[in-house]
Amino acid sequence: MSRFEIVRTGASATETQPTTPKNIPHRNAPANPSAKALQEKFGGRVTRVEVIWGETVVFIAPESVKEVFQWLHDDPSQRYDFLSDLTAVEYRDPQVPIEIVWHLRSLPYRRFLRIKAQIPKGKPLEIDSVYDIYRAADWLERECYDMFGIKFNGHPDLRRLLMWESYKEGFPLRKDFPLRGRFSRSEQLRQALAQNPEARYSMEELTIADAFDELPADMKKRLSKGERTGE
Amino acid sequence: MGLSTSGEHRTVSYVPESQEGWVATRLDFLVNWARANSLWPMPFGTACCAIEFMATAASDFDLARFGMERMSFSPRQADVLICAGRVPFKLAPILRRIWQQMPQPKWCISMGACASTGGMFDNYAVVQGIDTIIPVDVYVPGCPPRPEGLLYGIRMLQEKVKNERAADVGTRDEMEPDPASQLYIPPSLIDELGEPFGNSVNQTRSGL
Repeated sequence: MSRFEIVRTGASATETQPTTPKNIPHRNAPANPSAKALQEKFGGRVTRVEVIWGETVVFIAPESVKEVFQWLHDDPSQRYDFLSDLTAVEYRDPQVPIEIVWHLRSLPYRRFLRIKAQIPKGKPLEIDSVYDIYRAADWLERECYDMFGIKFNGHPDLRRLLMWESYKEGFPLRKDFPLRGRFSRSEQLRQALAQNPEARYSMEELTIADAFDELPADMKKRLSKGERTGE
Repeated sequence: MGLSTSGEHRTVSYVPESQEGWVATRLDFLVNWARANSLWPMPFGTACCAIEFMATAASDFDLARFGMERMSFSPRQADVLICAGRVPFKLAPILRRIWQQMPQPKWCISMGACASTGGMFDNYAVVQGIDTIIPVDVYVPGCPPRPEGLLYGIRMLQEKVKNERAADVGTRDEMEPDPASQLYIPPSLIDELGEPFGNSVNQTRSGL
């Protein structure tokens, strides 16, 4: 069955017509079938499966992120083609490791899956990027790096997203970060005013002049006649 | 109640012998009258105050009654910067640059608690009052202020404009902080003075 047929008819070969779930128990609701498939496929690398309020949470080993996501994205029985969110959680209890959370959605099968990976205590905060699989991970991973300091290996352009590039105080959403920052107010203001707002573009983000060769032909023609906007 | 209800505010009460003379005062009066009644606002709206600002500009409250017919979305054709909403540190240099791009004479209204003091956002990301970046003429309190509040602030600014005199030297001078000046307070001293009120090192106003 083609992907578009599933979308058009609202049904897939394996599942019945979806309905709005009612009276969901806190625990022990039926899990997303992808969880069982993941356990069969990856065995010990899927450490735990929980169902909370009807939503399935799958804990995976942090080193197997790339292959798990590649499989979830490519396998015809899964087709998680939409990464809707990526974030991290640090708990107040210092014994609990930092978790990285991905929210995946399968549009053809109408499934929602939450994947978590725990970075063990004492290990560097590093994890594989899923940028190659989901382009949506670009800014999500940059934000996560900005706020938590987690390094996403394989991300092509891992810079701060929300704070400015020369921000020196650390990673604001970590539990050891004081609410008002590490520096005094006047020092924070001095550093903020010293930033150059136009220096935030990287080499990845091309200017119009640099991108001229990649513009559509008609726009190139109009621009070369002296028109100053591409509208 | 209002700023201009009583009769004496409607006229300029200069004592002629202590002033520059009839022509100069009348010229001041004319210029200030024209300026006060054609203030073009540069809206710098970053948060919910901007919604109230839009309500002020819309037909119920009708900012155009006060000569603010045209929202100037370019700082180069603006007279008054209305900063509505919180300003994060990342926006601080941009706000300062917009202020520097506005031609003289120019004024600034800080609208709402966040723009005036940082408000409830006493955290690492938000400027604690835009008067740490640019000079402010009128502070409008409220969270957010109602349109009547903003109109009251605008009327106050108009009064201020009407009382300016061209003969006052230095009113419209733009000064950068000069470390050689006797009025200059170094940041370290500001920190020391502000310490009882809490800063990032000594957080007295709230817990972590």
